[in-house]
Amino acid sequence: MGRDMQQYDVLIIGAGPAGLAAAIYTARAALSTVVIDESSAGGQVKTTHQVANYPGFVEPITGHELASNMRKQAEKYNTQFKLAADITDLHLSDREKWVELDDGDKYSAKFVILATGSSPRLLNIPGEQEHKGSGISYCATCDAEFYEGKDIFVIGGGNSAMEESLLLLQFVKSITVIHQFDTLQAEKITADKVTTNPKVNILWSHEPRAFYKKEDKMVVEAENLKTNKRMRLERDGIFIFVGLVPNSAFLKSTPIQLTKHGYIITGPQMETNIRGVYAAGDIRDKRHRQITIAVGDGTIAALEVIHAV
Amino acid sequence: MLQTNLGHIETEEQLKELVENNEKVAVCCGRMGPMCIPVYDIFEILQASYADIQFRDMDFDIPAAALIKGLPECRGFWGLPFTVYYRNGKVVKATSSIQSAKEVKSIISDVFA
Repeated sequence: MGRDMQQYDVLIIGAGPAGLAAAIYTARAALSTVVIDESSAGGQVKTTHQVANYPGFVEPITGHELASNMRKQAEKYNTQFKLAADITDLHLSDREKWVELDDGDKYSAKFVILATGSSPRLLNIPGEQEHKGSGISYCATCDAEFYEGKDIFVIGGGNSAMEESLLLLQFVKSITVIHQFDTLQAEKITADKVTTNPKVNILWSHEPRAFYKKEDKMVVEAENLKTNKRMRLERDGIFIFVGLVPNSAFLKSTPIQLTKHGYIITGPQMETNIRGVYAAGDIRDKRHRQITIAVGDGTIAALEVIHAV
Repeated sequence: MLQTNLGHIETEEQLKELVENNEKVAVCCGRMGPMCIPVYDIFEILQASYADIQFRDMDFDIPAAALIKGLPECRGFWGLPFTVYYRNGKVVKATSSIQSAKEVKSIISDVFA
């Protein structure tokens, strides 16, 4: 027997800047609001070292503090939070939408704002999960010092890969960048700083297919995308920076329209193809993804809900 | 000092006493960095639901952290945070690098059931 349904005016899924901004607006408009997230509040912002482009802060603020402030502000207006909770069932089509969580709790509302954002992309190849933290890393700031004087791989050629490489170069003996294209996608100024460093070499048009450990070394099995030939290379560690992926897997069994890459298609007022369901922040199909834009999206979605109520 | 709402372990004696006097203990040893903060946050959330588990954090750079770094279970860990789960005084699980809420909950149900 399931638990009783807890009814709210607005159900916000995702506690990053978009979801928290929406919650501040709906809660201040006296709409009962619950925010659900599979992790803690803050989204990607909480893992950002410093934020220097968020208006109102003359000096950079840590992402953790900014996220924490947003959450406190939402709580101040009686927003309820259900965090570290996985969605096990989701129904969006009816007038009253509802969600069930892994602890059996159920929440319903006439309006839903989807704001689940995006997460760093995993390669999802053999050996990746197994060696996370013991040879494979996703954060130079956190783990570079473990690789002082070592030879490493960096997987990826975008902005984050090159920016993290610059930090890694302060510690490591050499970097071999493995990149799927013939050119780097990062901004030229950053890419040039990396590629002109004598400690860096690049394996163009290659993609990793598997990782494994050989004694203390990490081995990458990489495929040449032009010849389909595979080669094995070993270094001391691997750093992976291959972009972001939308957190929309939980929507695949719903009628919400997604792009082929998994982003939610919305109109200018953040409306989705389902009446009463809005989307805001990095989960939306759009060109630019910034904290300020996410907050703007969340605000628009909230105002639409307030107007509709 | 880590800026979290968890109880902090600051000395070797505190860690030893905690592990000796509690059946279930989870310690997240890290810095205020991108891979560590989410795990502290998850611990903060879960400590409300798991009253029988002692959730703590520990600064990776204090001398007492040598107790965590030196554990055989943490050998080969090259990613922050180091998270260690103790039951009845013994290490029953250790993880390196970021863990999701789902992963932490899964470990808790495996080792503390």
